[in-house]
Amino acid sequence: MTYLADVGTLARKDLLLELRARDTVPAMLLFVVSTLVVFNFALPAGASAEAAYGLLWGALVFTAILGLTRAFAAEREQRVLDGLVLAPCDRSAIWFGKGIAVVAFLALAEVVALPAFALFFEPVSWELVAAVALASVGFAAVGTLLAAMAAASRARELLLPLLFLPLVIPIVVGGVGASIGDDPGRYLGFLALYDLIFAILSWASFEYVVTE
Amino acid sequence: MIAARGLGRSFGAKHVLRDLDLDVAERDLLLVTGPNGSGKSTLLALCAGLLVPTQGELEVKADRSRIGYLAHEPLVYRELTALENLDLYGRLYRVPERRERIGMLLERYGLWEARRDRVAAFSRGMQQRLALCRALLHEPDLLLLDEPFAGLDEEGAELLDAELGALAGTRTLVLATHDPARVASLATGRLALA
Repeated sequence: MTYLADVGTLARKDLLLELRARDTVPAMLLFVVSTLVVFNFALPAGASAEAAYGLLWGALVFTAILGLTRAFAAEREQRVLDGLVLAPCDRSAIWFGKGIAVVAFLALAEVVALPAFALFFEPVSWELVAAVALASVGFAAVGTLLAAMAAASRARELLLPLLFLPLVIPIVVGGVGASIGDDPGRYLGFLALYDLIFAILSWASFEYVVTE
Repeated sequence: MIAARGLGRSFGAKHVLRDLDLDVAERDLLLVTGPNGSGKSTLLALCAGLLVPTQGELEVKADRSRIGYLAHEPLVYRELTALENLDLYGRLYRVPERRERIGMLLERYGLWEARRDRVAAFSRGMQQRLALCRALLHEPDLLLLDEPFAGLDEEGAELLDAELGALAGTRTLVLATHDPARVASLATGRLALA
């Protein structure tokens, strides 16, 4: 219970910081909508639905990167991460709390992105919604760990996409498969399994990332 | 409380601390002096557990929850208020009677009126006062203070003098400073880093 209370405290802090600064979610919203508009004009008339779904997943991945680049910005600016690391709570609670905030930011971006996708391209199915929800958890689980690693590096803007993109290829495969495949349940199961495995790995390794 | 044998720390090829032997007993006040780059902040970060020695051994007989650490930066969020920052740390450190303790510290350090202001609007001195509140919030057994007088005006410095006077002899303190004369009378030991 204490662990969950710490997670709640840290997640609440991240949501409050975004509510005050408003420097991540508006950028994500603008980016995902702009990308879909660009894709709308870039995709030739009569292009297949498969191509449109592929572009949606591309837009979601890059929107996630945009959000994750800012995930530890507040901690980096004043070395607040040192203060959190010194606190007696389990250090994985920092990852968990930040991950919840990242999922919330992604969810807000997707609430705008999916209707925009339906407007410009194809109707949104429940399979797509479920795949996007599961993908968000995966993006947050892996991305929060990598964002913490990148935050300690001088080349953080380069490092995060370089580490993140290869690791989320399975999410894109699962997401596109669930969106256009004949057996979406299988792909949704795959996404859930990915989330579970990478959430456990990230949760267990976060302490080693934020300490020497 | 702190024992170091042959302690060293390097960053890449640069040796910041080398072959340091150190013993700090409970309720001692160790004054750490030395020029810029001599390793004062590194030593405190090692004692806090933020850095790992690259040479020798370091034993700190205090749990993480019992260490108070004042760094160069205040380690608080600029977009949160003083009250919100202290409440966050109070929750994470499970400070009993958190609200009363926070109120008392804010009052003592002259930040009560500014408690609902965002830290981004604070002057350097106010940020340092808040950082002191954060470091003292959980009444630590071991207090690591890196340049605690930095940025404080005379009133703030006098408040800190009084705080250190009250803490000396009841807690273990390691204090790095460029102004050793200010706390020399309280010190039980002195470490001059070159």
